[in-house]
Amino acid sequence: MSFPSFNLLAQSILSGIFIGGLYGLIGLGLGLTWGLLRQINLAHFGLVFLAAYMSYHMATVWHVDPLLTLLILPPLFFLFGVGMQWVLSRFSISPFNSLLVTFGITVVMESVIQAIWTADFRRLETHYNDQKFTIGSLYIPVPELVTLVVAVSLSLLIWAAMRYTDLGKALRAMAEDGPIAAAFGINQKGMSLMLAGICAALAAVAGICLALTFTLTPSQIFAWVGVVFAAVMLGGLGSALGPLVAGIIIGVSEAITMAVAAPSWAPIVSFSLLIVMLLFRPGKL
Amino acid sequence: MKLFNRFLSAVAAAGAVSMLAMPAAAQAPAPLRIGSTLALTGPLATTALTHKLAGEIYVDQLNARGGLLGRKVEWIVKDDQSKPELARTLYEQLVTSDKVDLLMGPYATGAILSAMGVAQRYNKVLVHHTFGIPALAKYEMAFPAWSLGSDPGTTVPNSVFDALAASPKPPKTVAFVTSKFPSIHFMSLGAREVAKKRGLQEVLFLEWDFGNRDFGPIAARVKDAKPDLVWVGDIGLEGNMLLDAMKKIDYVPPLHFHTYPAPGPMTKSPDGKNALSLTIFEEHAPFTANPVAAEFVKLFNERAAKANLPDTSVEVQAAASYSAWQILEAGVRGANSFDDKAIGAWLRKNRVETIHGRLRFDGPGNYGDDLMKIKQVQNGKWVVVHPAQFAPGGVKLQVN
Repeated sequence: MSFPSFNLLAQSILSGIFIGGLYGLIGLGLGLTWGLLRQINLAHFGLVFLAAYMSYHMATVWHVDPLLTLLILPPLFFLFGVGMQWVLSRFSISPFNSLLVTFGITVVMESVIQAIWTADFRRLETHYNDQKFTIGSLYIPVPELVTLVVAVSLSLLIWAAMRYTDLGKALRAMAEDGPIAAAFGINQKGMSLMLAGICAALAAVAGICLALTFTLTPSQIFAWVGVVFAAVMLGGLGSALGPLVAGIIIGVSEAITMAVAAPSWAPIVSFSLLIVMLLFRPGKL
Repeated sequence: MKLFNRFLSAVAAAGAVSMLAMPAAAQAPAPLRIGSTLALTGPLATTALTHKLAGEIYVDQLNARGGLLGRKVEWIVKDDQSKPELARTLYEQLVTSDKVDLLMGPYATGAILSAMGVAQRYNKVLVHHTFGIPALAKYEMAFPAWSLGSDPGTTVPNSVFDALAASPKPPKTVAFVTSKFPSIHFMSLGAREVAKKRGLQEVLFLEWDFGNRDFGPIAARVKDAKPDLVWVGDIGLEGNMLLDAMKKIDYVPPLHFHTYPAPGPMTKSPDGKNALSLTIFEEHAPFTANPVAAEFVKLFNERAAKANLPDTSVEVQAAASYSAWQILEAGVRGANSFDDKAIGAWLRKNRVETIHGRLRFDGPGNYGDDLMKIKQVQNGKWVVVHPAQFAPGGVKLQVN
């Protein structure tokens, strides 16, 4: 093991921050659904990829600027999320069963994506891909920076909303004790529908950012599950800032491992962190 | 009454006609059923449609020529979902439940190994498409369509370094960065040995696990090492992701070789310029001088476009797939039988003409010659640059 140059280390850490931002962005909606609605919504990953493909389609076929799809897709996905929650709420689904049901929905989504866009690789080639700037000797790619800014902004926005607005307080109360919250006049059903819609909209935003930085293939849906789950669990279920912070910690630790030791050791890092967390702070999950 | 009599006569006449026609119908031979699986869904599905189209084209052509030994061919394809364990179950089903006459191999090493086990248990011939680790091919009635040679870990890197030695700027230093994916890893390790023997200086060696997403730190380490050549042991999109990460830090390697990149994305990406890789067939002369190959290319291009494939060209996967069917047909015709043992025996003793060359199956693991060529992305297309006789119109290897 040789110690890398400052530049190599700094560039690698930047790379880790960027990928960590994406882990956090994908994990944001997942963690909220898990913590506040008590649903382990695997379909969140399906929604992320569906949005990524729709963004790809709109940009390549209809020549819509991919960043403009941020105005189009999240509202559509909000409605989809509300609809899905409405269906799920018809049945009393336990958290474990929600995992099974939403896994099934994800498989269906994967098949739909493959039927429409085939299993082939799809890459969103835009002018954003080549845009970057430098700070000293460090390179900052614009698509990754956009993803990070979006992730930080949304996490802060949702954190503030949860902490300072009546709506956020109602949501937290509902998660804490549903019947008591209902006794205080909180419309549990309406709240659940709205939160599911917001989480689906967040999935759409994450999908658009994913399409900006990664090549797409339907089976990749499941490739993100492990590391994003780790970020959500490390960050705390129902937390708005937690997944982002945890995602960045995972991304940076993986990047440092790759720069200092061997890239093949990197995946061990995120799961080792998770195990350590489970051992020392099990109550936080 | 008259009417009733007429009706009875008509029924009797119809019955007589159908009785006369029956023997003729009974004489029409039952179709020859060939069974296989493809990874139509799951992580390997990106290339499944290529194999499906190639197989369908071949079966259509075969039936248009009258089928095999007078029997029309029916191809039964099942989806192994990119799971080797499911491929094993499905091949078992094809033999025991569907009772197919012959087997055709799947693609990808894991699924082929599974199918090989089943074929061995039932003494069936298995012609397979893209098996990446020849050393694992132990069944004597398994025949490879992808002519890697029996020791690709040595022969393939030698071809690559021969091509580079003849380039305008032969490399003196090399960085090896490789996936630990089994069929890639052994090739990269072989390349390290070959490079050492040829006097190249290794400036970096890195391995990553299959499924790695962040190539930024790897790109930064390659940039720091300043190699003349980057040997990328990649599969699928890994090479594209690495080149993308390199571009983000303003680094373009002078020479970069990729083991098994996704062919379409590499040509479409501006970062793929001058990428080197391996091939057995490309859509240009002299390959397309063969009329069978030219016809296949035309049909494949049409059907791939209709199937909405982003990359409609014929290269390694499609060519290996089509060649597999050519081998099976040659075996049946050569043996003049559908008996698997007779087909296997004929194939081991004879050479088969395919669209990517004349294949033999008398070496270790039924592997023959290493027919791999070196190709490069030039002007957004893959072209063979080595050996020179396969390079179209004097195309030469280019350096960034």
